[in-house]
Amino acid sequence: MSRVILEVKELTTKYITRFKEDIYAVDHVSLKVEEGKSLGIAGESGCGKSTLALSLMGYYFAPLHYMSGEIIIDGRNISGMNPDEIRKSILGNEISYIPQAAMNALNPTQKVIKFIEDVIQAHDPKATRKEIYELARERFEILGLPADVLQKYPVELSGGMKQRTVIATSVILCPKVLIADEPSSALDVTSQKMVIKMLLDLMEKGFIKSMIFITHELPLLYNVTDDIMVMYAGQIVEKGTAKEAVFDPLHPYSKGLMGSIIVPESGLRDVKLAAIPGVPPNLKKPPEGCRFLVRCKYAQLECKARSVDLREIEGGRAYRCIFSEEKLREVYKNG
Amino acid sequence: MADKKICLSGSGLTKVFGFGRQKTIAVDHVDFNFYEGEVISLVGESGSGKTTLAKMLLGLIGTTEGEIYFLGKKRDISTQRKRREYWKGIQAIFQDPYSSYNIFNKIDTVLLDCIHMRGGRRLPHAKKVELMTEACGFVNLKFEELTNKYPFELSGGQMQRLMIARIFLLKPKILLADEPTSMIDACSRATILDMLMQLRKEIGMTIIFITHDVGLAYYVSDTVYIMEHGKFVESGSADEVILRPRKPYTKRLISDVPKIYEEWDLSTV
Repeated sequence: MSRVILEVKELTTKYITRFKEDIYAVDHVSLKVEEGKSLGIAGESGCGKSTLALSLMGYYFAPLHYMSGEIIIDGRNISGMNPDEIRKSILGNEISYIPQAAMNALNPTQKVIKFIEDVIQAHDPKATRKEIYELARERFEILGLPADVLQKYPVELSGGMKQRTVIATSVILCPKVLIADEPSSALDVTSQKMVIKMLLDLMEKGFIKSMIFITHELPLLYNVTDDIMVMYAGQIVEKGTAKEAVFDPLHPYSKGLMGSIIVPESGLRDVKLAAIPGVPPNLKKPPEGCRFLVRCKYAQLECKARSVDLREIEGGRAYRCIFSEEKLREVYKNG
Repeated sequence: MADKKICLSGSGLTKVFGFGRQKTIAVDHVDFNFYEGEVISLVGESGSGKTTLAKMLLGLIGTTEGEIYFLGKKRDISTQRKRREYWKGIQAIFQDPYSSYNIFNKIDTVLLDCIHMRGGRRLPHAKKVELMTEACGFVNLKFEELTNKYPFELSGGQMQRLMIARIFLLKPKILLADEPTSMIDACSRATILDMLMQLRKEIGMTIIFITHDVGLAYYVSDTVYIMEHGKFVESGSADEVILRPRKPYTKRLISDVPKIYEEWDLSTV
């Protein structure tokens, strides 16, 4: 077993609205990412994927608040640290984040190199401009970006190029964990492929040690990550390797999610898409029992009575359902 | 396909923006015949002219060259009245449901407008409510909950479904769906697609999907047109184009989509 880079234990964070209501967007989430591995997080909009990403970075600014749990990056516990301190010593060199519209992170009035200088000098004020230029040029060339991008303004670059520039910049200090939150959903397929190739290159060449990839596009997740975690209403409902999660999902929600995959491959035209009826519960007052209850085809009276725990099964898989593994497989077989 | 009727066709359709050095040819002499009752997909990357073509078909922008034939006759939208008449036959759903509604109109007004457009202006109020309730029921919305609300009070998915309820009331011959599912996530996408297909069965319309999602095009359509730089590079039945592409552009486009059963080749970037 290799070294664990990121470990999260029972992390809970909440939003406090202006009416002083609590919304638990991340509810007792535990995860572990080993060196050289990537973890994918799937789920529909509003299930807490992005909040989890912000929480992992220790980015607690109102209305987001830290409640309980531990975040350990390579042996160092960062939970409960002051946000300013986190920004100084953690963001950038321990953990780094690529938002969905990363291309908007560039300042239109500054050249790309200035942006990189800002990033490096925030952590190392002694670095000279020449050193930074050399480092950036070298790094860009390894990652297959032309070095003249550095002397350009963001408006001169295409969307895909800007996205890749921001990714290259965010990993310039070689962070241990990279969190990519929908890095390619604003791009077309060809640029998407380039962005993904770059992310995988980063892992391969050792600029980052592990990656968390968040998206709702399952075929993409399947191709990029080693493990997949499915979130629903702030909780983890399924954990497993990419292959298990896509081809053999256990939780009824992940089953529905995997049934909605559309890919251009033969035979898929005749498959009927599985739509999940209904909407996720309101997180202000989450239901007592199973949170998926009202949308679940197989719901029983028992599901309503008590909260359902995450069940660990052999092989490192886990799912949150009252039924046993065999029972679930049986009901899926019978439709 | 000899017995099928052509419902929309174009010959030498062209759109040029700007002139002189700034000239951009968005759509370049395209010819097509869309048959009645079919689901057609126009697939292309961003900037290939898909949306420009859609706007021309709807009559929202003029054509630089070429003709459009609607139900066998040359399209005439020279006056506002004729244009309204044309829009009874062809309707559209756009990508962003938020920007598709008049923010000052309540949901009732939106749906009533559709009934009025179909010539139901003189119907008794009770009948109109019945029609609206039926349309909302078709898309799993409750009319009683929507009445007296403004569009911004609904969620994105609800708005997109309300868009389909409009189409249900309007019963057009042709529906142009411009990236109808790109703003919503995968499992609501299945719901929206299901509804569109059911609607198609019910009122027998032709659907033209405009999308960059090859998988979606393959799943829903009978005929697929691939667009590159304002031209159709390849067209044919979905199985033929997507599973056995002949042109290099189509091959590249399909290989760039992440797959789950076949290997996704990342080396060809």
